[in-house]
Amino acid sequence: MPYLVRLRKLLSWAATAVLGMAACAAAAQLPPAAAGPVDFVRDVQPILAQNCFGCHGAGKHEGQLRWDNKEMALQGGERGPDIIPGRSAESRMIQLVSGLDPDLIMPQKGDRLTAAQIGILRAWIDQGASWPESASVKAVNTRKHWAFLAPVRPPIPPVKDKNWPRNPIDYFVLARLEAEKLRPSPEADRRTLLRRLSLDLTGLPPTIQEINDFVADRSPDASQKQVERLLGSPHYGECWARHWLDVARYADSNGYEKDLSRSIWPYRDWVIDAYNDNMPYDQFAVDQLAGDLLPDPTVADRVATGFLRNSMLNEEGGIDPEQFRNEGIIERMDVLGKSFLGLTVNCCQCHNHKYDPISQKEYYRLFAFLNNDDEPSMEVPDKPTQATREAIAGKIAGLEDKMMAQYPDLPQKMEAWEKEMKAMEETWTVLEPQTYYASVGTKFTKLDDNSLLATGSNPGVSIYTVTARTSLKGITGFRLEALADPNLPSYGPGRADNGNFVLTEFTVEASTGASNKETNRVPLQNATADFSQPDFPVTAAIDGIVTNKTGWAVEDLPGRRNRSRQAVFETKDALGFDGGTALKFTLDHSYGDEHALGRFRISATTAQRPLRADPLSRHARAILSVPREQRAPAQERELFDFYRMTDDRMAEANKMIDDEQRQWPPAPKTLVLTARDHPRPTHIFIRGDWQKPGALVTPGVPFILPPLPKDAPLNRLTLARWLVNKRHPTVARVMVNRIWQQYFGRGLVATAEDFGTQGDAPTHPALLDWLACEFMDSGWDVKHIQRLIADSATYRQSSVISAPALESDPYNQLLARGPRVRVDAEIIRDIALSAGGLLDGKIGGPPVYPPIPDGVLTLGYGSPMPWETKPGDRYRRAMYTFVKRSVPYPSLQVFDAPTGESPCPRRVRSDTPLQALTTLNDPVFVEAAQAMAMRVWEHGGKDDRERLDYAFELCTGRKPLPKETATLSSLLNDEHDFFENRTVRAVQVASPDAKNPPQDVNLEKVAAWTMVSRVLLNLDETITKE
Amino acid sequence: MKQVNLNEHIWQERRKLVTRRYFFRQCGVGLGALALASLLRDNDLYAASAGNPLAPHAAQFPARAKRVIYLFQAGGPSQLDLFNHCPGLAKYDGQPIPAEIVKDQRYAFIKPDAALFASRFKFARHGRCGAELSEALPHLAEVVDDIAIINSMTTPAFNHAPAQIFMNTGSTVFGRPSMGAWVGYGLGSESQDLPAFVVLSSAGGTSGGSGNWGAGFLPTVYQGVPFRRSGDPILYLTNPPGVTAAMQRRSLDALHQLNQERLDVVGDPEIATRINSFEMAYRMQSSAPELMDLARESKATLEMYGAVPGESSFANNCLLARRLVERGVRFVQLFHEAWDHHSDVTGGIKKECGATDKPCAALIKDLKQRGLLEDTLVIWGGEFGRTPMVETNKEAGRSQGRDHHPQAFSMWLAGGGVKAGLTLGKTDEFGFNIVQDPVPVHDLHATILHLLGFEHTKLTYHFQGRDFRLTDVEGELVPKLLA
Repeated sequence: MPYLVRLRKLLSWAATAVLGMAACAAAAQLPPAAAGPVDFVRDVQPILAQNCFGCHGAGKHEGQLRWDNKEMALQGGERGPDIIPGRSAESRMIQLVSGLDPDLIMPQKGDRLTAAQIGILRAWIDQGASWPESASVKAVNTRKHWAFLAPVRPPIPPVKDKNWPRNPIDYFVLARLEAEKLRPSPEADRRTLLRRLSLDLTGLPPTIQEINDFVADRSPDASQKQVERLLGSPHYGECWARHWLDVARYADSNGYEKDLSRSIWPYRDWVIDAYNDNMPYDQFAVDQLAGDLLPDPTVADRVATGFLRNSMLNEEGGIDPEQFRNEGIIERMDVLGKSFLGLTVNCCQCHNHKYDPISQKEYYRLFAFLNNDDEPSMEVPDKPTQATREAIAGKIAGLEDKMMAQYPDLPQKMEAWEKEMKAMEETWTVLEPQTYYASVGTKFTKLDDNSLLATGSNPGVSIYTVTARTSLKGITGFRLEALADPNLPSYGPGRADNGNFVLTEFTVEASTGASNKETNRVPLQNATADFSQPDFPVTAAIDGIVTNKTGWAVEDLPGRRNRSRQAVFETKDALGFDGGTALKFTLDHSYGDEHALGRFRISATTAQRPLRADPLSRHARAILSVPREQRAPAQERELFDFYRMTDDRMAEANKMIDDEQRQWPPAPKTLVLTARDHPRPTHIFIRGDWQKPGALVTPGVPFILPPLPKDAPLNRLTLARWLVNKRHPTVARVMVNRIWQQYFGRGLVATAEDFGTQGDAPTHPALLDWLACEFMDSGWDVKHIQRLIADSATYRQSSVISAPALESDPYNQLLARGPRVRVDAEIIRDIALSAGGLLDGKIGGPPVYPPIPDGVLTLGYGSPMPWETKPGDRYRRAMYTFVKRSVPYPSLQVFDAPTGESPCPRRVRSDTPLQALTTLNDPVFVEAAQAMAMRVWEHGGKDDRERLDYAFELCTGRKPLPKETATLSSLLNDEHDFFENRTVRAVQVASPDAKNPPQDVNLEKVAAWTMVSRVLLNLDETITKE
Repeated sequence: MKQVNLNEHIWQERRKLVTRRYFFRQCGVGLGALALASLLRDNDLYAASAGNPLAPHAAQFPARAKRVIYLFQAGGPSQLDLFNHCPGLAKYDGQPIPAEIVKDQRYAFIKPDAALFASRFKFARHGRCGAELSEALPHLAEVVDDIAIINSMTTPAFNHAPAQIFMNTGSTVFGRPSMGAWVGYGLGSESQDLPAFVVLSSAGGTSGGSGNWGAGFLPTVYQGVPFRRSGDPILYLTNPPGVTAAMQRRSLDALHQLNQERLDVVGDPEIATRINSFEMAYRMQSSAPELMDLARESKATLEMYGAVPGESSFANNCLLARRLVERGVRFVQLFHEAWDHHSDVTGGIKKECGATDKPCAALIKDLKQRGLLEDTLVIWGGEFGRTPMVETNKEAGRSQGRDHHPQAFSMWLAGGGVKAGLTLGKTDEFGFNIVQDPVPVHDLHATILHLLGFEHTKLTYHFQGRDFRLTDVEGELVPKLLA
């Protein structure tokens, strides 16, 4: 279908909206209404059945419209009501069947309705559109599904036992329990409660000191004080960030075959900070979806957009990058659905949703919001780095000010220079690439300006071939522009990690184009560039040696890199055939390490030799045409920057500026989004296949959800703000439900990712709505919701399960007891390290590489990635471990940590023998047992009894019961007897480094304690939140 | 006595719970009834403790195959140099492929007008069935009457990672359960001291990574356990330095006792499950080393496979696969990532057949002589095939290679109810397109599940609002493949 026709179809949507206004005029064209009374069943329904049900019936509901069900028919489809009772001429149904809009005539398939049939429909509408209930097909109106209606704050229900509730949550829970004739469980003891709170709020067990303080605190608000303390801990942000990162499918590698490392940890740290700062959830959502589009976005706002960048990136050789760009957007739609909407929108990639009222077209209208971005990586200087950079920039500006003031003749000199610059501007004709390919892997996207952008696989060495035709005659030279682009590493213009390239050889062949094979090498000479890296002069690109390491490269001093550059090559003899010239350019990049051009463009000129690469940037050249008196100081300074390089008197000062520039400190990078100036067109993909684009769509939201604000620009920012609009039915519910899920191991809606008609119904619908309203009314205050839950009597219940309770409510849906849940993978490791006193509490920073067993990394494709355990990496919290998608870290994966390959709104919790082997034998758990034994032996008390209490408390937060003490004492004695006179073995067991055992301790004792500590670290209770 | 009763009660409750959770809701009622019967029949504590989702259970209908050995040949072996004899290729060798055949197909590396490239291997008919095989597979030729060759496999994916994920999970989207995970979920395990799904690898790491054997949204217990090539086959199998088996037992006894005491206090049946996990871990610690010890095999057996104890090779993995299924492991998958022959396909095929042909044939013979072949399904194949056209790229140092070809490729199946001696499917004379009996990947999956006793549309798991299955929304049984 030609583009224009598609556009007209699209516009006809909008047109039908204004049809109403034109209705009076149009009414004249409509067939007249039938005379006399009509009967719906006898006269109207047969017309509907024959002509409409096929697309708007029980099977299909195109446009979310059904003509077989009274309620849904009268309600209308996604474009609003189709019938206005009493006013047939204004009813869209009549307008569409009458063909007023030539681009949208109903029915779309089959015969047109006759004038008589339309007359009957008109009469029926004019007579009030009566429709007996008995003539309506029974159907569940999914639009009335609870989750599609905005939550309304319910009243707090009355309860009999007024002493139990601590806050409104408890009224809802107790009311339900009382209705079921059940009693809540007693309150958990203080030790259990504090351990539960600590694990839930910070992911770390309480210290013995913290337990003692809480047990001793007799003040009435003792537990509130603990909740506040924990919410104020910087580890709170870590713990809750991890839950969000599951949904955000955070990982430190790109996924797919190559699965190369990426730097996006500043996004992870942004999430930690957002939780610690208690950023309101509406802002949290807007920043992550559209931080870059906010007015004057901060670095942090832009870092937040890494949320969408967490999608995987296929760099396998031989891919079509456009396919995987689209798959990336599809994946972003999935995460949008699961994180914020709580809807399985991805069902609509191929077809209308089978269960929820969301159409395929609506899916692609949402898709259109996300389809318009560049994908750069951005530098994220920390505060000291930023300050240093600002100081350097300040010093340089100072030096420049001095230079500008120093020479009274500067205005004249610069004017003369500007004239010279203007005079050297040459006319270049951009050559449109006809064919373009790379030796291996790389694929090119041709951009609107006829430049080529290299995408996909990034091989070490690459040769580009570009052909073009030109009618120019007397060609004196070619210009190669190396263009910076946000989609390149560090903005390019090359594809190496730092944005550099090395053009080892640039050659041109020419022919008349008559024969494919007969070409002549065009001799080139006098290569110039606006900038060449020292030791990589542009002349080396035409030195005739292809496979060497010399060539043109453009790495300038730090802080001045990643700018567009250009090279100009003269032809030795004027070139150009009668009837046109076929040109073949070869760009050889033999340097290696991915040093190939990222985006480039080739032009030709017939200007007189000698030719010279324009020393001015495109931006600076534009300033030249601004009259001097109208220039801003910054513009003047920008020109001066170029000028000063040409004035010999300034050589000394230029060197000083360069010396300052050399101090420019590096900064880590992170992946972000930036909106493109020209949005991509988005099409429906027929059956979800990106190679079969269907109708063009504009950005929009599903009609089942609230409408977008009128006149808002159709961009991500509008989408993000729409999500956190208070009328939105799912967003607040989905978030409070996921918060609830972390506390109780199960959400009020068990299917945390799906609030649609196929998801589980909420166990406590009124409570869910109350929490959602409370959340929004509090200003989306996350800590407020945490406080409410953590301080509720519901949460504070003991988790002991009686046999009848297990029978009647195995999943604890009624909440007659507290949660008892095995903790998450990361926390299992953190608990062991805490008990051993080994845990390094440092927050944030680049991912770490704790020891990984031999052979694990070789399961990934290609050569194993470097995995070096640096000092300080070993005992960091588990959440900082490098997340490699294709090779998950074994001890985390075995306990169900997600791999980052898809969003994970709730983890499964399995229990396997491999988990047992991990906590028994993984060296890090053994080291924790050894460290714990040492701790117990040295600080655990005056005798073994006290030490046992101490050891038990380190792991479980409580003192052992007499039976437990007996079991452990017996083990301790057995082990001690065993190690006596087995010193070598004792050293092996007790010391992490058998060659350097700790001195001045009884290692036989410590070995026995190591065995006991290992048992304690493996207790079910140790890795469980009770 | 009271305590015993409480435990008994908890286990009974647990049994009901698990039955409801795993079977009635997620496997469909038919399987549930059977599974329940199997649970009640078995009075072994381990199996009946029901916290064990790997308890063995019966299929939906009597199965032809009880276990699977999947020899995954990652990278895309050239079907044109192994199974699919295309005389047209020899006839037009060096000429461009006719444009009407290529049409608007996409390629990974080559251009569509690349020249046709005849196989440099001779083909001959073998066995009573007379199946054609290339001379690169002399050993497979000896067992050709026991296998069914499919020359008409087809897949929509033409890059390695998505294609491997598709072949193994039925979707190009990461995050779906792998075939081995589905089988473990459907059938449980017959081994009480080894994982239900074991992964062995030789040559390189796979493009699809751990997603190839992942559990997706199924409980993690169903995911494939990669055995390591050296050191402990299973991670963390060995006790820490200085800890003997007797010491480990003492620790586990204390641990068991303490966990039991906690169970008595808090009544959470999850604790019973954990007790069982530790006991199974302990059994695994002794059974896995015994399993890995190939020196226990006869010299003749080692020779037949070409296996050398202590080495890491495809041959050793084939022998290990037999030992694993003998011990009740449900699904063994070998990954041999070595077939991506963009250059020198002839040399590559010679090398990889040298490493794999003999052990593959030995595995069939060995399973057969032990009476295991009849209910063990063996699958051989990669994620896609290779082009009839040559891949040559001087700049990339490639010549005489073949590019990725998803349109038509070959696999073979053996044992477990497969029609031995069959060669299924035909391509055009260039091997480019299928002209007869196409077998899309989902159809193969449906057939594999059928052989294991499942109607593929009924082995489902409810997740994110719908019932997911290995065959997604596609899949049809291929009756011609059935014995």
